[in-house]
Amino acid sequence: MTTTAIDHSSRARRRIGNIALQTGLVVVVAGLIYAAGENAARNLQAAHIASGFGFWNNTAGFDISQTLIEYSSGTSTFGRAFWVGLLNTLLVAGLGIMFATALGFVIGLARLSKNWLVSRLAGCYVETIRNVPLLLQLLFWYNAVLKALPEMHGSVSIPGGGLLNNRGLFLPRPQFAASSPYVTMTLLLAVAIVVGLRIWAKRRQNRTGEQVPVLWPALGLILGLPLAFIFLTDVPIRFDYPVLGRFNVLGGLEILPEFAALLLALTIYTAAFIAEVVRAGVLSVPHGQTEAAQALGLRPRTTLRLIIVPQAMRVIIPPLTGQYLNLTKNSSLAVAIGYPDLVQVFTGSVLNITGQAVEVIAITMAVYLFISLVTSLLMNLYGYAISVGER
Amino acid sequence: MSAAADRIYLRDTPAEALPPPTMQRGVIGWLRENLFSSIGNGVLTLLCIAFIAWVVPPLLKFFIFDAVWSGSDREACLASPQLPEPGACWAFVRTWINYFIYGFYPMGLRWRVDIFFAALAFGITWLAWLSAPRRDLGAVYFFIVLPIVSYLLLSGAPLIGLADVTTSLWGGILVTIVVASVGIVASLPIGILLALGRRSDIPVIKILSVMVIEFVRGVPMITVLFMASVMLPLFVPDALAPDKLVRALIGVALFASANMAEVVRGGLLAIPRGQYEAAAALGLSYWRMNALVILPQALRVTLPNIVNTFIALFKDTTLVFIVGIFDFLRTIEAARIDPHWATPITSVTGYAFAALFYFVFCYGMSRYARRVEMRLARADRR
Repeated sequence: MTTTAIDHSSRARRRIGNIALQTGLVVVVAGLIYAAGENAARNLQAAHIASGFGFWNNTAGFDISQTLIEYSSGTSTFGRAFWVGLLNTLLVAGLGIMFATALGFVIGLARLSKNWLVSRLAGCYVETIRNVPLLLQLLFWYNAVLKALPEMHGSVSIPGGGLLNNRGLFLPRPQFAASSPYVTMTLLLAVAIVVGLRIWAKRRQNRTGEQVPVLWPALGLILGLPLAFIFLTDVPIRFDYPVLGRFNVLGGLEILPEFAALLLALTIYTAAFIAEVVRAGVLSVPHGQTEAAQALGLRPRTTLRLIIVPQAMRVIIPPLTGQYLNLTKNSSLAVAIGYPDLVQVFTGSVLNITGQAVEVIAITMAVYLFISLVTSLLMNLYGYAISVGER
Repeated sequence: MSAAADRIYLRDTPAEALPPPTMQRGVIGWLRENLFSSIGNGVLTLLCIAFIAWVVPPLLKFFIFDAVWSGSDREACLASPQLPEPGACWAFVRTWINYFIYGFYPMGLRWRVDIFFAALAFGITWLAWLSAPRRDLGAVYFFIVLPIVSYLLLSGAPLIGLADVTTSLWGGILVTIVVASVGIVASLPIGILLALGRRSDIPVIKILSVMVIEFVRGVPMITVLFMASVMLPLFVPDALAPDKLVRALIGVALFASANMAEVVRGGLLAIPRGQYEAAAALGLSYWRMNALVILPQALRVTLPNIVNTFIALFKDTTLVFIVGIFDFLRTIEAARIDPHWATPITSVTGYAFAALFYFVFCYGMSRYARRVEMRLARADRR
């Protein structure tokens, strides 16, 4: 009897303690936020800085060196500048993810190679790149490599009509003629046929066990149909070649050195981490799986494709997504070399002009936070999906 | 029967072992096995050798054989008849090395920085050497004594006769090390608290911890630094406004703590439930249970990950450069455009020196993490 009484009273005491603790914490946090807000309001007022998001529709009045959508310093708003910066971030992150994945998979598999020299070289790459800060690599590519290229009048010609100098890389810009939409349509048609072919092949395999090769016909269709169309009708694409002008390179597709340096640095740096992810993923598949596949009579290539890769991908995908997020967040180092990404445009130019630190930084952080949270939500769903598949 | 037995040939001693085929042992065997096991592999090997022959000699030539080791200004590193293609300009690094280490720290007071480096090295060795005596005292030294002593030593304490040195004079490796160590010293305790908070039964604590961790981890570090350096002064009264370096340190500490929290949480997840139940059965309170039973095990299993977080933190210290702190990388950036040393190779030399510095530290830490991992694996294999 007595023990339960003590138990009850101590449990009640603990619960009251908990509630008091929580209330106290809420009060303290709310108080801090309130005090910070008060101070911020007072400081901003003293500095004659507006508050609120009214600046969004004001004219920006600064130039941006790379704009994927129409933008002019005279008429465009801060809101427009935001989208320009965001698109630049997404552009460099998207391309970086593609290249880093390709390079990372190659290096990760090379590290697992039975060839001693190949695996050693890949190991050297990973160890060197991972242990040098990204910012240093970025500055190296930008200042020591790309900015050290010849001046404009000593431009290096690239086969196919490109120019390379310290103002960037200038490539022929494709210009589409009137017939080009039809080419796109034939391409879509080819893709549709390939999808149909694949579904049919899969059904047939399920029914009869016979495999129909899909890969080569698919490649042939996707490349061949549009090309055939082009040759049968008219050349739909002409190129606008860059030419050296008096003060500038005229025409062509301009790739800024800032963009190139950022893309290079992000790709090379992230590839080293992706290589480690890939290596860990492949090593996580027990050797018994390979042996079982061999016992069933599968050839090495088939074993890799049907047994190893699907199981390794399960392990690889979550950390790989983490690396993609890191790359996207690291693209904000653009600010160090002046590539107009979201952080450079917003926490750089817009912050300097408006002085509205709280709003500007909040918007910038919200964008990255949104990307991160959506990605981790998708990852959780993915994790749930594959855990259902397990016993 | 016996006649038949006589005719059966039975060998009663084992045949002498033949030597393994020459093609499968020794150097040749190793080469065949590892480099030339198939035609494709052989081609790959030859390609690799060609690549190494293409890359390594020029690098050696540039950084060692043709490098300029001494000189007083850019003339030494420019192409000349004696040296048509000069390599790395190490003379430039030698001239600027004190700036790279101390920044503008007053000449006569630099012994204080040296003592700080020595005291820090001592603390790190004490903690990192797993069989060192009294590592509990080492922790007290590292997390309590060292920060106070370093602060007094570096920024000065007129009361005990150390002249004040404002942080705007600090620079170079000193700042990089200060930022990294503040990050490390702050992130472990705060990270542990956040990790415990995230696993707490008390809803408010749990929600607050999750919010802090997810928020800080979801945004780029550079925006956290911007927040600390631009927004923080707005939020506190003018009298309390921290100086520029302190603001950057707060940003770094916040970022490192959130990352550390996730690493510690990983360690906590590895602790079997039975450990909690056993601790509770012994009547330990929440704090004693964590301090005496759970955390020592959790931190031990996750030690390699903790060191990896430190490596990431050490590399990330370069980002304070962007908010205007004179860290090591920033001093390189400042020195490489010095007109006295303006040559086509000055920048490359500066960056190579910086890369070497970061590489040595990070690679050393990652080796250490690997060794700890192997030691832990050995301990588990009973």
